[in-house]
Amino acid sequence: MKILTCPVNGPRNITEFVWGGEVKAMPDAAASDDAWTGYLFLETNLAGEIDEWWLHAPTNTWFIARRNTVTDTVLETMTVDAYFARRSGSAT
Amino acid sequence: MPFALLKYGLAKEHPEDPHFRWAPELKSTYDVVVIGAGGHGLAIAYYLAARHGITNVCVLDKGWLAGGNTARNTTIIRANYLTPEGVKFYKESVDLWRGLSNQLDINMMYSERGHFTLAHTDAAMRTARWRAEVNKHLGVKSEVIDADEVKRLCPTINISDDVRYPVLGALYHPPGAIARHDAVAWGYAKEAIKRGVEVHTQTGVNKILIENGRAVGVETNRGTIRAGKIVQAVAGSSSEVARMAGFLLPIRTIPLQACVSEPVKPILDQIIVSGSLHVYISQSARGEMVMGGATDPYGLYSTRSTLDFKESLMAHMLELFPFMGELKVLRQWAGMADMTPDFSPVMGLTPVQNYYIDAGWGTWGFKATPVCGARMAECIVDDRQPELLKPFALDRFRTFDLVGEKGAASVGH
Ligand SMILES: Cc1cc2nc3c(=O)[nH]c(=O)nc-3n(C[C@H](O)[C@H](O)[C@H](O)COP(=O)(O)OP(=O)(O)OC[C@H]3O[C@@H](n4cnc5c(N)ncnc54)[C@H](O)[C@@H]3O)c2cc1C
Repeated sequence: MKILTCPVNGPRNITEFVWGGEVKAMPDAAASDDAWTGYLFLETNLAGEIDEWWLHAPTNTWFIARRNTVTDTVLETMTVDAYFARRSGSAT
Repeated sequence: MPFALLKYGLAKEHPEDPHFRWAPELKSTYDVVVIGAGGHGLAIAYYLAARHGITNVCVLDKGWLAGGNTARNTTIIRANYLTPEGVKFYKESVDLWRGLSNQLDINMMYSERGHFTLAHTDAAMRTARWRAEVNKHLGVKSEVIDADEVKRLCPTINISDDVRYPVLGALYHPPGAIARHDAVAWGYAKEAIKRGVEVHTQTGVNKILIENGRAVGVETNRGTIRAGKIVQAVAGSSSEVARMAGFLLPIRTIPLQACVSEPVKPILDQIIVSGSLHVYISQSARGEMVMGGATDPYGLYSTRSTLDFKESLMAHMLELFPFMGELKVLRQWAGMADMTPDFSPVMGLTPVQNYYIDAGWGTWGFKATPVCGARMAECIVDDRQPELLKPFALDRFRTFDLVGEKGAASVGH
């Protein structure tokens, strides 16, 4: 059985989690229709390392994992706060 | 011809008549370059040559002939979808399938079995009724039957109430069929090559050359090729290849797993599917029980197999078919399925001129091989979206015209 480590609840069975897809930047409310449909539907779907949303369903905890989509190895999991603090810190 | 056979058997030399005459060298220019030698790419090449007389075509594959999902799927063919757009499209495919063995002069072992989508809840019965009405309206044979009728038509199934999810009834689709998947690819390849098409395996496309918004060629591990037009039909790699052409797709790549049991005598004539239980099964001509379930729960570019899949599949399978408890699983494998948000494919024109796409085939693309090949060839020749493919244009995600195909859940092949 595959184990995923929730940054709040620790290592748990993968069946307790729901995959939420890749992290994307939400467009500005006034952005064009194209920008919004792109945000809704288009996927980077990279074969490689991606940042993605996961939900630990029993505790309703959303968090971020960095995972390699070719080897299926999780490189790191972190809380949403930690993830976005780091992103703004590195000015990306 | 017994004498011919005897002569052949006694002869010292056996004249060679290979199915495929591989072209040794790549030319520098083709009218059409097809990326991906799966069933779809080969069918496109065949119809370009056979229906439109365009033979200066090459099909490129980074691996071998039809080594992708074409050779990994569970071969179910049906037209009992839910949306009118879907039903019309798959109906044309079933019509083409029926004549294909003759047309391509290869035995595809196309075998109509009857396809049952089981319902275990009132909601599922309602959806079955809905699908049956849409199907009948468009000339596709489908009807709702009750549990006793399911049992009469499929004596091996367990319809007892003494299980977790008893069978209430089913959507019964008599034309539901299976076919030999390799033969489909070989048939299209053989007939395309006979007409002058070249198929180059071990030839991966690494870059799409674009000049002034037009696709003009591809870079491969064997050099650069110029092309009048380019089409990608690469199943699980659609996003990666579209990215080379400079655009993103509404697609997530997720593994779909399947397995077969050891072969046994014919015991199951039908194709039985339960969307609610994520289980489906049919028996191949070789006697193996061919089984599948749902897609993996998260995106992955990998064809690894897992224990979870087998466990969840068998838990329900044994309730439906207790005799399965006697059988051993022989093989398990996976393919990479390109899932779209509306469970419908993406076909036709792209934002790049002279560049066409055949993608988003998720778990349901094998049954579409002939119609997709024929209509994509038409699209490439006319540089226009054929009527039948209009609902499946990539552009639908910009205009919110999605085709919510609930008859194509990841289990309901
Ligand atoms: C387990 C499983 C069960 C399924 N069951 C069914 C079913 O019962 N019924 C049904 O209708 N559908 C089913 N499907 C779906 C169906 O198999 C696919 O949709 C269909 O085979 C897609 O065909 P294709 O020709 O587009 O792709 P493929 O056969 O995958 O061919 C694509 C080819 O592109 C090549 N390629 C990729 N990238 C490159 C590149 N950069 N350069 C050159 N070549 C490249 C690959 O090597 C591959 O050979 C199932 C799929 C799976 C995985």
